[in-house]
Amino acid sequence: MEQTKEKLLEVRNLKKYFPVKGGILQRTIGHVKAVDDVSIDIYKGETLGIVGESGSGKSTLGRTILRLLDPTDGNVIFEGNDISSIRQGKMRQYRQDMQMVFQDPFASLNPRMSVGEIIEEPMLVQRTMGRKERKEKVVDLLRKVGLPPEAREKYPHEFSGGQRQRIGIARALSMNPKFVIGDEPVSALDVSVQSQVLNLMEDLQDEFDLTYLFIAHDLSVVKHISDRVGVMYLGRMAEIGPKERIYNNPLHPYTKALLSSVPVPDVKRRREKIKLKGELPSPSNPPTGCTFHTRCPEAHARCKTERPELVHQGDGQYVACHLYTGGA
Amino acid sequence: MRVLQRSEHLLEVKDLKTYFHMEGGRTAKAVDGVSFHIDRGETLALVGESGSGKSITSLSVMRLIPQPPGDIVDGSIKLDGKELLTLSDREMRKVRGNDIGMIFQEPMTSLNPVFTIGNQIAETLIKHKKMTKKQAYAKAVELLRVVGFARAEEIIHEYPHQLSGGMRQRAMIAIAMSCDPKLLIADEPTTALDVTIQAQILDLMVEMKEKFDSSILLITHDLGVVAEVADRVMVMYGGQIVEEAKAEELFTNPKHPYTTGLMGSIPNIDGEVERLESIPGTVPPAHRFPEGCRFAPRCKHVMEQCTQSNPELSEVNRKHKVRCYLYEPAGGEGGHQNGTDERKTVRST
Repeated sequence: MEQTKEKLLEVRNLKKYFPVKGGILQRTIGHVKAVDDVSIDIYKGETLGIVGESGSGKSTLGRTILRLLDPTDGNVIFEGNDISSIRQGKMRQYRQDMQMVFQDPFASLNPRMSVGEIIEEPMLVQRTMGRKERKEKVVDLLRKVGLPPEAREKYPHEFSGGQRQRIGIARALSMNPKFVIGDEPVSALDVSVQSQVLNLMEDLQDEFDLTYLFIAHDLSVVKHISDRVGVMYLGRMAEIGPKERIYNNPLHPYTKALLSSVPVPDVKRRREKIKLKGELPSPSNPPTGCTFHTRCPEAHARCKTERPELVHQGDGQYVACHLYTGGA
Repeated sequence: MRVLQRSEHLLEVKDLKTYFHMEGGRTAKAVDGVSFHIDRGETLALVGESGSGKSITSLSVMRLIPQPPGDIVDGSIKLDGKELLTLSDREMRKVRGNDIGMIFQEPMTSLNPVFTIGNQIAETLIKHKKMTKKQAYAKAVELLRVVGFARAEEIIHEYPHQLSGGMRQRAMIAIAMSCDPKLLIADEPTTALDVTIQAQILDLMVEMKEKFDSSILLITHDLGVVAEVADRVMVMYGGQIVEEAKAEELFTNPKHPYTTGLMGSIPNIDGEVERLESIPGTVPPAHRFPEGCRFAPRCKHVMEQCTQSNPELSEVNRKHKVRCYLYEPAGGEGGHQNGTDERKTVRST
């Protein structure tokens, strides 16, 4: 498929630090660098997948792009407009175009609202449609996500996890957004239901011409749905590129280790694993230089002191690793 | 020392039925006639989605079903030839910890937050192995080393909240292994962990199994994990076993439409499919199982007889059992092509 190289969203040097309070006066004694200098471009009509372990900052990245969290530094440019520092009131106007689907379908739907009210609410807030128009739109959206029109009278607890996620998707689509962020949208679902929701998201992308930022920890799911994939480690982008490159020819030692750790449902391909020592260091006190050097099987002296930048390696694949910048 | 009669199988479960009595006189047949065995040194995986009854099966084996509302209404569970269902609570406590070790999904909730790690390992040893406190702590340090803690002497004085998820699961394994159990029951042991940590813990479990010469009953929803460690696999659906085979046989030649549907639903990291297969609908709740085959309402090969009676779990060949009319000699003629053949696999370049 020929990719239209028109940028929908540009993220430039985005940072989100959370203060750590301590001592009897609760003064700020440090920062958790959840997102630390991330720059990405998202092109119209594509799905960019973001993978990483817990604590890598992938969810914070999504939330900061949508201004659900205010960035510490950096810019988010949506269709040429910088939305990183505008007032929240003005931001509301952009929210029509940018929506989010959350992980936990049990926590993200208000249990006291009927499904109809839940899907209608964004249209009410944005005040763009009349009553009758809104009701028609609700029924239409329910049909599009595979639920019967009667569902609008019911409450979230009457639905299963997969059906609730469909409701969450219908709500996200109610404002005809251009850009949807899915934050682990299928992680809480059983596999047979997970594939239903993934297929639905693909169908809706085609139908509504959507651009997705798909955040997940499951590398197989991300590979299935994405056009390009970014791998995050401790708040930074370790590697990003077209999925074929990332999965078939990973360059960053972390990407290699991550891919080799995924258990494959095939007994004949029990593969040789690259074992990583230890666990993710605390993001409040990240290692110096390359943050991965404490676990990296190929670390050398330079990695401890100098932070690698993302460097283009051809075919749109960028990697932040000293192995590819003239070695030690 | 009592001489134990070594029976053929380490664990033998026959026709286990665990029901839950609900309000309004309804009964949820969470486990409904499950029979299986585990051999010595074997790793048996019990696979299923939420609501399939896999966890209730393992809790029944440990006799940890809350009574009421739960009730093991029928069946037999024999560990090393000894019937567990007739044991008194006191005798059962001896079996748990001594003969059966357990690891659960969320190590934060299964470790006691107000006791140190050392305390929790030593407790088991003092209770079950009649060790002195000093001996028990020395043994605790040794066990923590075995499960991969470099600074074991310090860890015994630490509390669960001071450890990360992967470290807690290691500590949990140390506790489970402390009394040298014959059987290790692991209920979703790596589900809460990141993939790189998951790989470490799976390796550790296999290593511990060999070192302590025990068997593993692994309960999981993740077919990838199953392929990684299991010798034999049972697939559960609606409180019953629907397919059972050696791991290699099951993954190369899955038969039950539920198993093939499940496998088609998983995106494959090595190949690429344009569209994932999906099983319509959801797992039925245990108090509203359909008449006949419990998978029939979601099955794309459903036939008339499927809605009338529930097929038996029967052998299709010596190493493979399936509960499906498609494979019964009297049922589906000439067998049936399994669903994986229909997937169009396109290799990405």
